[in-house]
Amino acid sequence: MSNYHLDHLQYLETEAIHIMREVAGEFERPVLLFSGGKDSICLLRLAEKAFRPSDIPMPFLNVETGHEFPELIEFRDRRAKQLGAKLIVRTVDQALANGSATQAPGEVSRNKLQIPVLLGAIEEFRFDCAIGGARRDEEKARAKERFFSFRDSFGQWDPKNQRPEIWNLYNGRLNAGENMRVFPLSNWTEMDVWEYIKREQLEVPSIYFSHTRECFRRGGQWLPVPPPHTDDTKPDPYAGARPKPTEPRKTMVCRVRTIADMISTGMVESPASSFDDIIAEVAAARVTERGSRADDKASEAAMEDRKKAGYF
Amino acid sequence: MADTPGHIQYTRNMVTGASTANLSIILVDARAGVIEQSRRHTAIASLLRIPHLVIAINKMDLVGWSEARFNEIRAEFEQFLPRLGIRDVKFIPLSALNGDNVVEPSRHTPWYSGPTLLSHLETVHIASDWNLRGFRLPVQWVNRPNNPTDPRLHDFRGFSGQIAGGIVRTGQKVMILPGGLTTTVKEIHTYDGPAPEAFCPQSITLVLEHDIDVSRGHMVIGLEDLPGAGVDLHAQVCWMHSRVLQPGKKFWLKHTTHTVQAVVTEITHRINIGTLEQEAAPAGLALNDIGEIRLRTARPLVFDGYAANRLTGSFILIEQGTHATVAAGMLHPPREVVRPDDADFVI
Repeated sequence: MSNYHLDHLQYLETEAIHIMREVAGEFERPVLLFSGGKDSICLLRLAEKAFRPSDIPMPFLNVETGHEFPELIEFRDRRAKQLGAKLIVRTVDQALANGSATQAPGEVSRNKLQIPVLLGAIEEFRFDCAIGGARRDEEKARAKERFFSFRDSFGQWDPKNQRPEIWNLYNGRLNAGENMRVFPLSNWTEMDVWEYIKREQLEVPSIYFSHTRECFRRGGQWLPVPPPHTDDTKPDPYAGARPKPTEPRKTMVCRVRTIADMISTGMVESPASSFDDIIAEVAAARVTERGSRADDKASEAAMEDRKKAGYF
Repeated sequence: MADTPGHIQYTRNMVTGASTANLSIILVDARAGVIEQSRRHTAIASLLRIPHLVIAINKMDLVGWSEARFNEIRAEFEQFLPRLGIRDVKFIPLSALNGDNVVEPSRHTPWYSGPTLLSHLETVHIASDWNLRGFRLPVQWVNRPNNPTDPRLHDFRGFSGQIAGGIVRTGQKVMILPGGLTTTVKEIHTYDGPAPEAFCPQSITLVLEHDIDVSRGHMVIGLEDLPGAGVDLHAQVCWMHSRVLQPGKKFWLKHTTHTVQAVVTEITHRINIGTLEQEAAPAGLALNDIGEIRLRTARPLVFDGYAANRLTGSFILIEQGTHATVAAGMLHPPREVVRPDDADFVI
């Protein structure tokens, strides 16, 4: 047997670097979606590997719902600064204030409101390509995704009419107003992500590790109790995300397996305090990571519907 | 893993799934034996040059675990397999329902001494499937740091790409195509530090000894096992669009990192994927048809035959206007290897 052999993580890595460089080679104004979550942490390392010693030739973009974990925001800003990247943040609050987004009556989650904010940012900066960290193993609508996922001028995805992807030949050609979403981690699993983070010794936000936190029960999940509202001159940004008197509360030793915002992220009870602990937990898990995401539970087709409308 | 149905209207899905596969499993119902779909799947695996094939003869429990039936189906396959030129074929009797020979060896098949399906998948040697002979680096991106703070990077100029064939070593002579200028590899740059050598399919950045004008779409090659070059191409294609291909139409052709205009000058044959017979001079190619075509490109392509190298021997056609991906193409071997105009000119 020859020594010219790549293990599966090295193979996934070279595939993802190839895709990153195709983006840099074929698009004029690409952007990388960086949330501070584990998948986009891998994207940043892959971008470093693809483009160093040059600067990463694209800015980072994050869409905030306003309900973020403070640990995530702190990490996101610090990491972007370390890499010398330009970080663009657009918020649901801005979109609600300027009228470009409107909340459905009675709806608490701002998950869907990220769609107009994302599409607005793509239009504002005339991005022709957005790199995201979605993986096909996450969820069944994502299983149908391409590496290069074409979006029409309304940002819509048409799962039944996608460009076939043959060999490693990606078709990035667009007409004016159209754009591309590109997913270099398409073939990665949750396990691959953690093994890669461990191999590369990447820092992740502290909430991925076990900690003690006060949670409350809603919709079959333990949701984190948001930080207290201190500034009385402004409306409570977490209104609706606070436990009602009828909802049971518990102080738990827990961590997040996947991160959305505080309204959509179920905490899982876990003692995992190292990468190895997390990897062992993932290996034993019988539900997908998105089983702890309230945003996916709205309906059977929740993800596909959001994706068709332009979601990440 | 790609699960592709065998019906004729899914030919393009089969081709897509097969294009990146190292191994294909053809699932056969032991009661039905070889049916049209088994032939079609096997033929596509062969056309796309998937190196390893498993014929999984399923539902053996419904034919009384009969060794005779297993051998009968095997013989049916062996009637047409030699024509297909697949290197490695394995026949495995199994019952997916009860897991016989899937993970654990079945007690019902004492006459079968081969591996179970999973054990075969875990041990089949796929590392050697990559072409490690002729060095090919299609340049994806030119790496030139803007205002680097590190003065050593002031003149850094690297050529980034994924190696599509062969091995490259520091100090090795390489040629840049088109153009044919020859130079030496000064450094194989990776994020994890300089490497003494790199191989297909690693993603690397090459720093060359001389300052040569290289951009996306160029190819850096080794001086042995030279590729072909030219504007007149002959290829097998799978047509993937409902608008019928007719000769004379212009397309974008994407080959490695190089996109050029191309015109389909002739459709020479249509291949009957059930019988693998060639039908001469068809009027056009319809969705899911596989055929032989001739093309002429606006600029020369540096390429290998698909049988020698899947990455430098393949292309896609993109419809102008809609930008739909309409065809997957596999190039025939070049008639002559590249003869650069200025091959003797070493700077």
